[in-house]
Amino acid sequence: MRIRKRRNQPPPLEPVAGNGLLDRRALLGRGIVLAGAMTTGAGASLNSAAAEPLKNDQWSLETGEVVPPLQTASRFEKGVVRTLSNPNNELRNSHARTPHHLLQGTVTPNSLFFNICHSGLPDIDPAQHKLVIHGLVKQPMVYTVESLARYPMVSRMHFIECAGNSAPMFSSQPMQVTAQALHGLASNGEWTGVLLSTLLDDVGVDPTAKWILAEGADSLGLSRSVPMKLALDDVMIALYQNGERVMPGNGYPMRLLVPGCQGNMNVKYLRRLKLIDQPAMTFFESKTYSQILPNGKSWLFHFTMEVKSFITHPSFGHSLKGPGQYEISGVAYSGNGRVAKVMVSADGGKSWAEAALQGPVNPKAFTRFRMPWRWDGQPVVLQSRAWDEAGNVQPLRAEFVAARGQTEKPVTNPLAFPNQHYNSITSWGIDSSGGIKHVYA
Amino acid sequence: MSMRKLPLALAFTLAFGAAAAVAQTPRPGQPITESDITAWNIEALPDGKGLPPGTGTAKLGAAIYLQKCALCHGENGVNPRPGYSPMVGPSKFDRIDTMKTVPYYKHATTLFDVMRRSMPYPIPKTLTNDELYALSAYILFLNKIVGEDEVMDANSLPRVKMPNRDNFIVWDPNKIEYDPIRMDDAPR
Repeated sequence: MRIRKRRNQPPPLEPVAGNGLLDRRALLGRGIVLAGAMTTGAGASLNSAAAEPLKNDQWSLETGEVVPPLQTASRFEKGVVRTLSNPNNELRNSHARTPHHLLQGTVTPNSLFFNICHSGLPDIDPAQHKLVIHGLVKQPMVYTVESLARYPMVSRMHFIECAGNSAPMFSSQPMQVTAQALHGLASNGEWTGVLLSTLLDDVGVDPTAKWILAEGADSLGLSRSVPMKLALDDVMIALYQNGERVMPGNGYPMRLLVPGCQGNMNVKYLRRLKLIDQPAMTFFESKTYSQILPNGKSWLFHFTMEVKSFITHPSFGHSLKGPGQYEISGVAYSGNGRVAKVMVSADGGKSWAEAALQGPVNPKAFTRFRMPWRWDGQPVVLQSRAWDEAGNVQPLRAEFVAARGQTEKPVTNPLAFPNQHYNSITSWGIDSSGGIKHVYA
Repeated sequence: MSMRKLPLALAFTLAFGAAAAVAQTPRPGQPITESDITAWNIEALPDGKGLPPGTGTAKLGAAIYLQKCALCHGENGVNPRPGYSPMVGPSKFDRIDTMKTVPYYKHATTLFDVMRRSMPYPIPKTLTNDELYALSAYILFLNKIVGEDEVMDANSLPRVKMPNRDNFIVWDPNKIEYDPIRMDDAPR
């Protein structure tokens, strides 16, 4: 009855920022938005020719296939797949990117979770796999998958983002590719496992231990050093991903989860943790995941993935079907904690309005933001900008380029990694025909 | 003691023994000794900890490189196969997308460590310690970081002065506690 009453009192639907951004409170009820839109000329123009009379389709007139043991997406969703960096199975690393522009909500399905494997997918028998913790400890210990599952477990929502995610944004010219190609090396899911602090209690930490070397069982023995202070915080040995065992591309049967930190630190196929008194300066921390700065210096131990957001709907690869009502949405996240606020602009940053955040807003996890929008059919530039609870703000592109630089020449290969840790703004330019381009603004 | 009582006595002993073991390790993990971890214990740290016995020079490394590394990483460390890294590259990093190869490393131990755990790519963990020291010497020599006859071993390798070593800054010193290791200044 209350809803009925509110419908009789249309809320203000005047734009709250340039080019038709509407008050996020309009999202409280679909009826309210439509009622408001009806009162304007733009809304009325949405009402195209009347719909066809309804009929029964074939699927409403016959029984379907029986259900399979392992279900996959509808055959009509065949285009919703990861894109591959090494489709011909050459003897080198391989990446698979998450199709953000084709997904909604915050949970990345396991089948579409991003992967980077530097030497393929190891075929690990969980009955044989072992994890050893040793070094500066009182008692070195070995754990099996089975024995780990007997410790108290926790489930937490966390994103994982490769430090090289969004690397095409370092190009001096905007690359005309999807959010999948730009930002597909980040995904979000629910991880279940044993906190590392629980196991460190088990082995007894020597006070001289300052770092932990984490090593995988893959053929590279991929290794990273994690500061003890971080390890004792919220680091987990993850056994489950979105309710099922961790996927082979994500570290089956167990991975280190270092929430909010460079994806590469979340060592997959984890087989060894050694407590040591110095960082090991492994290949990946010494070379690949250090960043050259414009002044010739390099950042070492840039672990935290800083606050970031990007619009997924609408974005490159979509087109708008005429003026009228739309929802702008995207994902925001920060390695420092919860997302506090996301602002959206439709005029290339001249004016901003606060987006609605879809709860629950978890720390170090994707948060979906939404913004009601009435497009008048004129060219616009859509942007999002996020703040986190620690007070960090996503830098504007000009600020970011001034501090971190960009390439001298345009980058043409979207699989290249000119640099890392890009967390500035992504801009989508929409022309009057509804076509969408990647622009810098 | 009858034949029927023997198994009972055994069972009693086993049960008692098992109970004692559980009391010592009440948690599901199993204790292990460091000596039983040897096969996995392969990291080489910047101060030299973990470097094995062995020795090699660039002269010895050249032949091993040609046989085991050149196919992917290119003869003399240049012109690698597509998708693979060269072993020789710039030692000045004045563009944000400068190619990072061995001269970029802060510590020479990184080169030894990555070869020991990951290389050769299709058959990792097959190089002997002498081969690893010789290859380290050869690749450092190709980059003009050590001399052709300079002997690399557990003592000399951590002391190699890498050209880019002073250009690293800790991203957030408030978050990361780090005392740089400077073995090249330490007495030999």
